[in-house]
Amino acid sequence: MDANPVISTSTSVDSKSSLHKRKNKKLLSSLLFLLPSWILLLIFFIGPILLTFYFAFTNLSLTGSEAQATQFVGFSNFVNMFQDPNFRISVIKTILYLLFSAIIGQQVLGFILALLMKEKNPAFRRVIGIIVIAGWVTPEIVVAFCWVAFLNDSGTLNMILQHMGLKPVAWLFAFPMTSVIIANIWHGTAFSMLVFQAALDDVPKSIEEAAVVDGASRFQVLYRIVLPMIKGSVVTNMILVTLQTLGVFTLIYAMTGGGPGTSTQTLPIFMYNQAFVNYQLGYGTAISLILLLIGVLVSLLYLKSMKVKV
Amino acid sequence: MKIKSKKLERSIPYIILAAIGVLFLLPLLWVLIASVDPNANSSIKVPSAFTADNFKSVLTDPVNIRAFIIGLLLSLGQGLLVVLVAGLAAYPLSRYQMKYKKHFMFTILFMTSLPITAVMVPVYQLFIYLKLQDSLWGTMLFLTAAGLPYAIWMLKNFMDAVPLELEESAWIDGASVWEGLRRIVAPLMIPGICTVGIFTFSGSWGNFFVPYILIQSPEKLPASVTIYQFFGNFGMVEYGKLAAFSILYTFPAIVLYIFSQRFMSQGFSLGGASKG
Repeated sequence: MDANPVISTSTSVDSKSSLHKRKNKKLLSSLLFLLPSWILLLIFFIGPILLTFYFAFTNLSLTGSEAQATQFVGFSNFVNMFQDPNFRISVIKTILYLLFSAIIGQQVLGFILALLMKEKNPAFRRVIGIIVIAGWVTPEIVVAFCWVAFLNDSGTLNMILQHMGLKPVAWLFAFPMTSVIIANIWHGTAFSMLVFQAALDDVPKSIEEAAVVDGASRFQVLYRIVLPMIKGSVVTNMILVTLQTLGVFTLIYAMTGGGPGTSTQTLPIFMYNQAFVNYQLGYGTAISLILLLIGVLVSLLYLKSMKVKV
Repeated sequence: MKIKSKKLERSIPYIILAAIGVLFLLPLLWVLIASVDPNANSSIKVPSAFTADNFKSVLTDPVNIRAFIIGLLLSLGQGLLVVLVAGLAAYPLSRYQMKYKKHFMFTILFMTSLPITAVMVPVYQLFIYLKLQDSLWGTMLFLTAAGLPYAIWMLKNFMDAVPLELEESAWIDGASVWEGLRRIVAPLMIPGICTVGIFTFSGSWGNFFVPYILIQSPEKLPASVTIYQFFGNFGMVEYGKLAAFSILYTFPAIVLYIFSQRFMSQGFSLGGASKG
C-alpha cells in the first residue's frame, strides 16, 4: 500500500528544500515537542515496568511486619511460585482461555462470519454486522452482566432449555471456564470479523474466478488461494487477539471472580488475588512479571509480523 | 433438481449467519427488554407493561450522577491530554529526520501491544510512593500515559499524510513552526484527531480495572466501578435497574463508535495498520 509517503516526502524535502534545512536546525528545540510524552511515558509506563523487575524480588506486603521493612528476597517469590499448585492451575487456565476464546473462538468465528457475509444481501449483512459489533462496543463490565443474566439459573438459556424439555443447568458453577470463554468470544469476535472482512476484500475476485474456471472446488479456492493470500492478516490478528485476551481481567472477575474455587483463575485474576486480596504485593508482582514477559514475547512476534518500516 | 440444490446451497450461508446473529443477539436482548420491564428477572420475557422507572431511579440517584460525571471528566481529560501530548510528539517524528526515530517508533509500537493489566500491581505501588493513591488526577495521568503509544503511532501516520508544502508556504508568510502546526497541520488532521480522541475516550470510559485499583474513596469512583458495586449489592435482585444502568453506561460508547465510523472507513485493514 502507500507504505512510506512520509519517509519519501521528508527525505526529498530535506535534500531539496533549503527552507526545510533551516527549520531542521531547530531540531533541538523540536525535542521540546517530545518532552511531555517522554516524561509521562517514563513515569507511568516505563517506571512501572522497571518496578516490576524490582518488586518481584522483594517480600513487599501491604500488611504484617513485611509492610514496614521490605527486603530483597532473591528468587524466593519465583521458587514459591513454581511450587504453588495455584500458579500451575492459573497457567493452564490462561492457556485454555487464550486457546479457546481467542485463537480458536474469536478467530474461527470471525473468519466464518467474514467469509459468509461476503457478497451477501447488503441489508442482511448490515444487520448481522451491527449485532456482532454491538457485543464488541459494549464495555466489558456490561458484557459480564449480560452473560451472568443469560447463564443464570433462571436465565434466558435455561428458559430455552426448559421449553425444549431439558433440565436447567447452573452454568456458572457446572461449566465456569466454558462460560467465561464463550462470553469473551461474544465480546471479541467483531474485531476478527472486521479484520478478516478487510483482508478478504483485498483478495482480487479475478484470481478466485480463474481458479473456479480451472475446475477448483469452493473449498480448494478457500484453502489453496484465499487463505494463503490473507496469511499475513491471520497471523497479525492472532497475535492481537492473544494480547487482548491475555490482559482480560474485568470480564472474568465480574462473572465468576475466578471461581468457583480456582476454576476460572487465569493469571491476571491470580495476580490480583495475591496482591490485593492476600496483600502479598511482592508475590503479586512476581506473577505480573511472568504475565509481562509473556506479553513481551507475543508483542515481539507482533512487531515481526507487522514488518513495519518506520 | 439441480436448480433446487443450487437454491438450497445459496441459502445455507444465510441460515448459518442468521443463527449466529440470533445467538449473538440473545444476551443483548435481555438488557434492552429488562430495562423497561417493571418486573424484570434474569431471563428474556415479554414485559407485562413498559416503564421508565428503572431509568428514572438510576438517574435520580445523586451517587450515580456523580459517578457518571467523574467518569466523563476522567475520560474527557484523558482524551484531551492524549491528543495534545501525542500530537506534539507526532510532529517531530513526522517532520524531522532523527537519528533514533526508527528505534523510538518501534518502541512505541511495542508499547501499544503490552497488556496494561500486567503492570497494575507495580503501578499501585508507584502511586503509593508518589502519594497519588486515591487521586483522580494521578489516575488520569496514568491512563494518559497508557494511551500515548497508540495515539503517537496513529497521529504520526495521520500527520504524514498532511503535505509539507502547505506548512512551508505558511512559514514563508512568517509563521513559526508552532503556528504552522496549530493553524495548518492540526486542522487538516481533524479526522485523525477525532479517531484517536474517541478511541481513547471509549477505552477509558469502559475501563474498570484501573480505577478499581487506584481509587479507594467511594465518592471518587467513576461509573465503571459504581456499576460493578451496584451489581454486587443489588444485581441479583434489581435486574431492571441493573439493565437500565448498563444501557445508560453503554450509551456513550455506542454513540461515539457510530460517530467514529465517519472517520474510520479503512481502519481495519491490518495491511493499512503498517502504513507509516
